[in-house]
Amino acid sequence: MSREGFSISLASPYAPGMDGIQKFGIALFVVALLFTVIGLFGPAANDPELFFYLGFIGSVVGLSIYTVRTYLNRPAGVQNNHIFTSSLTNRGLWGWALGIFLTGFYVALYWGSDEMWNGSPLVLLFNPLSQGLFNHPPDRWFLYSFIYTVSILIMGVRAILKYRHSNYQIVRTCSIMFFQLGFAFLIPQFLKSMSQPEYYFSYFWPLDYARLFPSTVDGMLSGGTIGIWMLIISAILTFIATPILTYFFGKRWYCSWVCGCGGLANTAGDPFRQLSDKSIKAWKIERWMIHSVLVFITVLTILLWVNSFLEGGIFGSISHALTKVYAFLIGQAFAGVVGVGFYPLLGTRVWCRFGCPMAAYLGLLQKYFSRFRITTNGGQCISCGNCSTYCEMGIDVQAYAQRGENIVRASCVGCGICSTVCPRGVLNLENGSTHTDRENANPITFGNDGIGLRKGI
Amino acid sequence: MTAQKHIIIIGNGIAGITAARHIRKRSDHHITVISAETDHFFSRTALMYIYMGHMKYEHTKPYEDWFWDKNSIILKRAYVSKVETNSNSILLDSGERLTYDELIIATGSVSNKFGWTGQDLKGVQGLYNYQDLESMEADTKGIERAVVVGGGLIGIEMVEMLLSRQIPVTFLVREASFWDNVLPKEESEIINRHIRSHHVDLRLKTDLKEILSDEKGTARAVLTGDGEEIACQFVGLAVGVHPNISFLKDSGIETDKGILVNEKLQTNFSNIYALGDCAQLRQPREARRAIEAVWYTGKMMGETVAATICGNQTDYNPGIWFNSAKFMDIEYQTYGYVSAQLKEGEESLYWESKDGVRSIRIVFQSATKSVVGFNAFGIRLRHKVCEQWIKTGTSVDEVVSSLKKANFNPEFFKKFEKEVIF
Repeated sequence: MSREGFSISLASPYAPGMDGIQKFGIALFVVALLFTVIGLFGPAANDPELFFYLGFIGSVVGLSIYTVRTYLNRPAGVQNNHIFTSSLTNRGLWGWALGIFLTGFYVALYWGSDEMWNGSPLVLLFNPLSQGLFNHPPDRWFLYSFIYTVSILIMGVRAILKYRHSNYQIVRTCSIMFFQLGFAFLIPQFLKSMSQPEYYFSYFWPLDYARLFPSTVDGMLSGGTIGIWMLIISAILTFIATPILTYFFGKRWYCSWVCGCGGLANTAGDPFRQLSDKSIKAWKIERWMIHSVLVFITVLTILLWVNSFLEGGIFGSISHALTKVYAFLIGQAFAGVVGVGFYPLLGTRVWCRFGCPMAAYLGLLQKYFSRFRITTNGGQCISCGNCSTYCEMGIDVQAYAQRGENIVRASCVGCGICSTVCPRGVLNLENGSTHTDRENANPITFGNDGIGLRKGI
Repeated sequence: MTAQKHIIIIGNGIAGITAARHIRKRSDHHITVISAETDHFFSRTALMYIYMGHMKYEHTKPYEDWFWDKNSIILKRAYVSKVETNSNSILLDSGERLTYDELIIATGSVSNKFGWTGQDLKGVQGLYNYQDLESMEADTKGIERAVVVGGGLIGIEMVEMLLSRQIPVTFLVREASFWDNVLPKEESEIINRHIRSHHVDLRLKTDLKEILSDEKGTARAVLTGDGEEIACQFVGLAVGVHPNISFLKDSGIETDKGILVNEKLQTNFSNIYALGDCAQLRQPREARRAIEAVWYTGKMMGETVAATICGNQTDYNPGIWFNSAKFMDIEYQTYGYVSAQLKEGEESLYWESKDGVRSIRIVFQSATKSVVGFNAFGIRLRHKVCEQWIKTGTSVDEVVSSLKKANFNPEFFKKFEKEVIF
């Protein structure tokens, strides 16, 4: 078919036209964005209020109006028309352009110099907000945190509208937005403004890899009562709450209800979820990579503690060099640059699937000790492939569904989209009453009574 | 261990491919699968999603391309022009001849055309195979209106496909209500309303008289039975399918509408079997039809014939009927036996949500109160539970009071069992 390849059209040629309200939203977005960009060449540094409110807020409002209207114009139901005929969502020209832009932003964010960022109009743009709410001047990390949160909120509203035929998606997306706004933005910023450690309750070891490093622990212990409490909470979250919650609900309680990485993937990244690689080869690579990262950070953390007890002794230089390697390779290059920058090219959960040590830890718990499974509805699967196509973790869901087999996979984050897009009502996320009844290999189609291989109901 | 045989399977749809996979699981026989349609097995039920941009062709292949080679299933792209039963061989359109020990015919269906004037014009087609998708792609570019003929599953799929491209659609349905030879009145009306809510020009009790041509031999309008002319540049003919068996003429294989098979899915030749859409059971089981052109039966027949060919003689017994579909945004599931009109001695309970897009029907026998069938619209019911209730003849009262057990809706959905009042 002739629809392959590059197209310079942003939307699919088959998408519906825009009505007046959508056009207004887009116009506002474009004008405000241009205004902001002009400001970034200098003027914003002199008058950040003007450019923040008219420019930044204006473009956010414009985009929101467009998005809300677009989805409300359509009846509730699966909204995947034109995804593979549109340049942005099918690795076309626009997809590549966005990927390169995002990657460039992350490179500048992580490895740009302080001179480059401090006093730059882009950071100063957020001065009114940062000073007004938190009484401290913005830096690049404030900028990043704020844009990240706004992305999750706007695109969260979009996800709610897009998936409004599914209450699971509505509730889950609200949870993501709540945790991002409260636990990953407001609380840490307020703590900082009160001269307390900028503490993120929704991240803990091993995702926040330095959380249990000796240096961090020492820092908390010296931070008085609050610091000690934060340390205790961190340890409880990692070693007690995580196994218990995962036993009852699967890893989804964290990966697709709380975590900000998952939150961004399921909101801002939702248009790109279908780009994940579904091949068995990718699954093999995934298992090697993600578990290697978990081993790496576990060994590194232990090394640092041994080193700390030996007061620098034999592991001193090695463990510090390894910490730097981990921070650069995993913490920045993988989680940030590739993890988000490559959304439009490799799909949304590249970091969660191939790199995140927290996901690896949760995955092992889910695979071997959890009541969670995705059940398949008897013989109803028609192997259409929608579930696998829209699985952001690259799980070939259909391979299980067409055998009537439960899906018990370490990587499944329980986003529930497979169930949401299934046209025949086959898939369902369920927490059983035990973890021992999940595997149900079923070689013969349910209902085929001629063949005696069926197991009991 | 039985001796190795060469098994040729004609057709790479769900029936033929299921047979191939299960023969491979059970034996070391040589397996050759021949298809004129595509190189690899893909899910024909997903054709519509390719057109609508939900997926690409590659996403509709349930197995990666290396799978066949790894499992020693030879795939051959060719059209079988003849089966020569006296020499146990088939003739390909290339002139090549292949011999078999066992032959499985799973050639599916072809779309019906009822001799209308203009039915072979450019821009007039059914929707069954990959080539239909390609021609629909080509012939619906930039058109102003399409007409779809036939109020059934393929018809409504074609309507939904065309709507996804912003093409206005007139939908001609001969019957008084959508798919009313299968759906009871209330369910059928849910779908009528839903079709209209998508701004489709739905014409009930309207049939096609002829298709008019422009000077280039492309469809330019349809003429309805009422004599109305509706301008359009594409006509979808979705008036059913019939078995694809014309190549078997003079082969000696007994056919009626389809290829006649016994309970082992065997034709009048003991080493030739027929499966799926193209097979017609000489003696269908009670409450079942002789030809059932649905995905699930094709799959079950494939499993059954594999057992028989590998030495475990097995009768085809598809158990309790089930099916599903999706009518635009409304999912439909059915279990057991719900007919358009209640049969004698049957009663039914029917509930419909206030917004008229969800419903449940439970059919039961008046005398014994045993449930015989379920229809669900906009609600997901658990196959295993419904089947068990039907199999054991559970009373309708018990089913109603324990309806919760059959709820397969996702978490946080409104619990319909609390709403449902019969």
